This record gives sequence, C-alpha cells and structure tokens, in this order.
Amino acid sequence: MNFLAALRVSSRAIRSNKVRSILTTLGIIIGVAAVISLVSLTQGANRMIEEQLTSLGGKSLFISPGKRGVGVQENAISLTADDADAIRELDIVQYVSPMIDAPEQVVWGNRNWFTVVVGTSPDFVFINDWYPDAGVFFNNKDVEKNENVCVLGRSVVSNLFGYRDPVGLTVRIGKDSFRVIGVMSSLGQTSGGRDQDDVALIPYTTFQKRILGTDALESISAAVSSPDDIPAAESRIRLVLREKNKLGKNEDDNFYIKSQMGVIDRIFAISNIMTVLLGSIASISLVVGGIGIMNIMLVSVGERTREIGIRMAVGAKGKDIMMQFLIEAVLLSLTGGVIGIAAGVLGSKIGSSFTGWKSVISPESILVSFCFAALIGIFFGIYPARKASKLDPIEALRYE
Amino acid sequence: MGGNVIVTKDLHKVYKLGDTEVHALRGVSIDIKEGEFVSIMGSSGSGKSTFMNIIGCLDKPTSGNYYLDGSKVSEMEKDELADIRNRKIGFVFQSFNLLARTTAAENVELPMIYNNTPSRTRAERAFEALSRVGLRGREKHFPSQLSGGQQQRVAIARAIVNDPSIILADEPTGNLDTAMSGEIMEIFRSLNEQGKTIIIITHEHDIAENAERIVIFKDGSIIEEKSKNGRGAGAARTVPT
Ligand SMILES: Nc1ncnc2c1ncn2[C@@H]1O[C@H](COP(=O)(O)OP(=O)(O)OP(=O)(O)O)[C@@H](O)[C@H]1O
Ligand SMILES: [Mg+2]
Repeated sequence: MNFLAALRVSSRAIRSNKVRSILTTLGIIIGVAAVISLVSLTQGANRMIEEQLTSLGGKSLFISPGKRGVGVQENAISLTADDADAIRELDIVQYVSPMIDAPEQVVWGNRNWFTVVVGTSPDFVFINDWYPDAGVFFNNKDVEKNENVCVLGRSVVSNLFGYRDPVGLTVRIGKDSFRVIGVMSSLGQTSGGRDQDDVALIPYTTFQKRILGTDALESISAAVSSPDDIPAAESRIRLVLREKNKLGKNEDDNFYIKSQMGVIDRIFAISNIMTVLLGSIASISLVVGGIGIMNIMLVSVGERTREIGIRMAVGAKGKDIMMQFLIEAVLLSLTGGVIGIAAGVLGSKIGSSFTGWKSVISPESILVSFCFAALIGIFFGIYPARKASKLDPIEALRYE
Repeated sequence: MGGNVIVTKDLHKVYKLGDTEVHALRGVSIDIKEGEFVSIMGSSGSGKSTFMNIIGCLDKPTSGNYYLDGSKVSEMEKDELADIRNRKIGFVFQSFNLLARTTAAENVELPMIYNNTPSRTRAERAFEALSRVGLRGREKHFPSQLSGGQQQRVAIARAIVNDPSIILADEPTGNLDTAMSGEIMEIFRSLNEQGKTIIIITHEHDIAENAERIVIFKDGSIIEEKSKNGRGAGAARTVPT
C-alpha cells in the first residue's frame, strides 16, 4: 500500500469518529498549548526583566576610589573631575557624571527636612534613566558656574511644600540658598525599602565648593550604549585610571569599577532555569496526552478487528495494517499539536493581557512542539499498530 | 481444461480448546483442475469452512500439504500468503464482509490498494467490476443502503477485481432468498465460463447442482464425490473413505 492511500484510509477513520478523535487529541492539545503559552510567557518575563535591568543600570558602571573589598582605605586616591573628564574622552563611554553626596538639612520657610544631597552633572538623568517631571534639570553651564540651583525628589517636595509647586522658590541647604529649578519624577522605594525620592540634586561643583570644601569626588558613574559594551568599557576605564594614577605593572588598582553584569547574568540563568522547568512540567501533560492516544488506538484496534480481518483477507500485509494505524495515531497527535499551537498562542496572548507580561512566541517553540507531537504519535502509536498488524487473518475475520 | 491448480495432501486441522481437541479436518486430499466448478456440501461442522479457509490461504493446516499452482503454500510466509490472497484468490463470504461506511466502489477498490494500483486505474476497474455484477449506478452507495443480494454482488466484484484465477465462496447465498441466490449463481457460472476455477460451499442441492463436481464432507473428511459431464445429467461417483 502506498503512503497516500494509507493516509486517505487513516484520515477517513479519524473523521468518521469525530467526537472521539477530538476527545482523544484533547490531551495533546492541552499539553502543546501549555508548553507554548508557559514558555512564551516565561520568555516574555525574561525580556521584561532584561529591559528593567537595563534601565536599572545594566548599561552603567560605577567607579569608586580604593581597593576592592578593603574596608579602611589608607592610600586610596580620591577621584577628581579630571578623572571624570578622562573617562568621558573614551568613545565607548556615552555618559559620565561625577558623584558626591552628604546628608543635609533642607529648609523652606519654617519647615525643614533632612535628606541626602547629591552633587552630580546633567548626565545623571541619562545614566539613571530618571528625569524631572516638573521644571528642568541643571545644565552644564550651571555646573561650570557652580550655580546654587537644585532639583528635588518627590518626597522632599511633599515634606517641605505639600501640594505647592516648588519650582522657582528658594530653599536653604546647609548655609546656602538654592533656587529650585525642577522636581524629579517619582521612583518610589527600592526593594530594600529605601525611598529613592528622598534626595536633592545639585551641581557637583557647587557641592564641592559650598558643602565639601575640596575638589574630591566620591565616585563616578558612567554609562555605555548597550550592556554588551560593559566589559570593554570596564577595561578601557581601568587603563585610563591606572595611567592617570601612574600605577606600576605590579601595583594593584587603587580604585574599583563595579557593574551589574554579574548580577544580570545570574538573573538570566535563573529565569532560563524557570523556562526549562515550566516547559518540562508542561511536557508531562503531553506525555499524558500520548498515553490517551495509545489508549484510544488500542480500543480502536479492538473494535476494528473485523475490518483488519477483511483487509488482510483481500491482501493487506502486516506492514500495511501497521502503517494505517500508525498514520492514524500520528495524524491524531499532529492535529492535536496544530490546534494546541493555536490555543497556546491564543492562551499566551490572553495570559499576557492579564498579567501585563510580554509573551514571546518563538518559532522554535512552535517547531519543537509540532515535532514533539509527531514523535508522541509515533511512540504511543507503535504498540497498538503492531498489535493490529500481528493479527491472524482468520481469527480477525471471525471476531465479533 | 488445464492441470491441477489446487492439490491438497492429507490436510489435518486440529483446534485445541483447553484440554479437548477438535479435529476439524482429518486428512483431506483433493485435486482441483484449472477451470473447474466445484461445490462442497456436508452437514454443519463437517469442516467445509475450515478446508476453504486453508485453500484460501487465510488459515494454515495443522499438518499435510497444500500446493497452489505447484508451489507449496503450507511453507509460505505471512506476506507471501497475503500476496496470494491479493492476486490469485477471490474470497466471497456468507456474511459479505464489506467495510461499512465505505462506498461500494471503495470496497471494490480495496484489494487494489494493497498492490499499489494507481488510483485512476483503481476507479476504472472498480467501475468495470461493479458493472459486471450488475451494479452500475450503485458505486456511491454504502453497504447499508444496499440489499443483501446487492451487497453480495459488491463482495463478488471485490473478489474478481484483481482478476484472480480462483474464486472461493463460503455459502455465498446462505443469507439470501431463492431469487437472489439464482442471480448470484448466474454470476458464478459466467465467471466459470470465462475460465475461472470456482469452489462454492453450500447447503442447498439446487445451488450445488450448478457445479460439475460436488464434494461431500463429513466429520472432517471427504466421503463422497459426484461429477457430471455438463450440466444437469451425470453419473455420481462414490469415493470410499
Ligand atoms: N476457531 C475454532 N476453534 C475451535 N473449533 C473450531 C474453530 N473453527 C471451527 N471449529 C470446529 O471445527 C469443526 C469444523 O468447523 P467448520 O466451520 O469448518 O464447519 P462447517 O462445515 O463450515 O460448518 P457450517 O456448515 O456450519 O458452516 C466444527 O466442529 C467447529 O466447531
Ligand atoms: Mg461453514
């Protein structure tokens, strides 16, 4: 018997028992749908984590003075604006901002609020992907001229001004008066419970002059355009700083560069494990679906013993019967696979609209589920098909 | 008339049912010539069907030899037997054995599916075979939409569609009334006139009378043979057992 004829015979058998065929494939449908939607949702979640990590510093580097892991830093250099400028010279580096901070009292009228005052540069907003939502951030001119301007965090504003718009008003920070030129958008708390909006930002030059009294920096933040550039940027910055500090070959760095790379890699490793885990749990239902197919095929072989006898009586060989039932099983599981893929795509769309996660449906996961469904059809179809092919013609004909 | 197409030598068939053994055949030897029309008679349980199934390569004897066209069937593999059933033998059953939910034409096409006849040729030959048994216009009917006689004619069409040289029929008219039986026997007669070897099992004498040779079974053995020269008249010959 040729394949096409066998295909026609098998598909007719499936169609002649529609309800049963659909119920049989239900297991495969659910299994494939579960695999597709779970994998696409976890991959979507990965994509979101990736984006959030990137915005949370996946592209940034922090340079601090001192040796890595050394608590008291005796021969620590202090970073300077010069260092920041040298780093800015590097092509790979997109943004650089010097950083200094100190706790200070901010006073407006008769109200005061204790907050963290940060001295930085206009690049700060790009490095942190954090922008003012009222007024403006200070510009390079303000930095050059060490202007007494400040941009406040939301918490400082609400504690000092209530609902009043502070832009244009003047506050006192330490002993000096500062004009409020902007208010940062609200970031909320970190996962550690720190209020990120409890901050006042001023030009670092002003900070050095008015608050610190020296031209030292506490640290330098820098950002590159893509997380992939981090390792290269790290080594370039290192070279520049070593040269500027005139470190000999055998001397250790007296500064250190920190990035989120390691953390990000680890988080991805974990979420990949989650994808595999969820995918394999869902595959168990595929196997269960396969057993369902085997069960129905066995019943079907029993019911159609006489048909098998008739076919053998007119010349069907064992392998013809085997092919007929195997194709039937594969056809069932593939039908289930196709419906399951459609259901899975739909399910992941629905799931993502409920959870707000992205769903990433990769062609690979569709291809893999399709092939897996076919394999299940073959694997669980072989036993019933073999059983059918081994029947004795006369006994099959006599079967009632 | 040609040589012997069917030769059996001392066929035995024993069914084991637990501890008891049923001897369905106890040494059946017969020669059937090409183009012969043979009727097999005998009481119920005498082993007629058992014998026919062995001749038709559906079953194997417990012992003894069966030669078909000179080759030893009793030593053949399953697949070779399937091939013989497909090409050399057309089998007609008392209960028709048509596939339900499958049209008359598709039932007739069935044997051709298993020898890779191209689908166009299959359709043509099924149409021809159905015409030959007088069922033109019924090609698209399902067995349930046909009378018993018509179903049996579909079964005959299926048996002849691969143009086998031997047609075996186990009580082909057993489920049919007299008028229908007559029509069916007419078909067998004309097939025999075209040179096909025909063996029919029947309980009815007037059906058996269609054949030129009547073989009578009893308790698993052939106890009597009658042959006629031409139809109607003829001398009976008793074979001692
Ligand atoms: N599969 C079987 N298992 C056990 N015994 C069987 C089997 N088939 C047939 N027999 C026995 O073998 C004997 C011959 O049966 P067979 O069917 O050949 O008779 P028959 O001559 O065709 O009878 P009938 O005219 O009723 O069709 C009977 O005694 C029957 O009970
Ligand atoms: Mg019988």
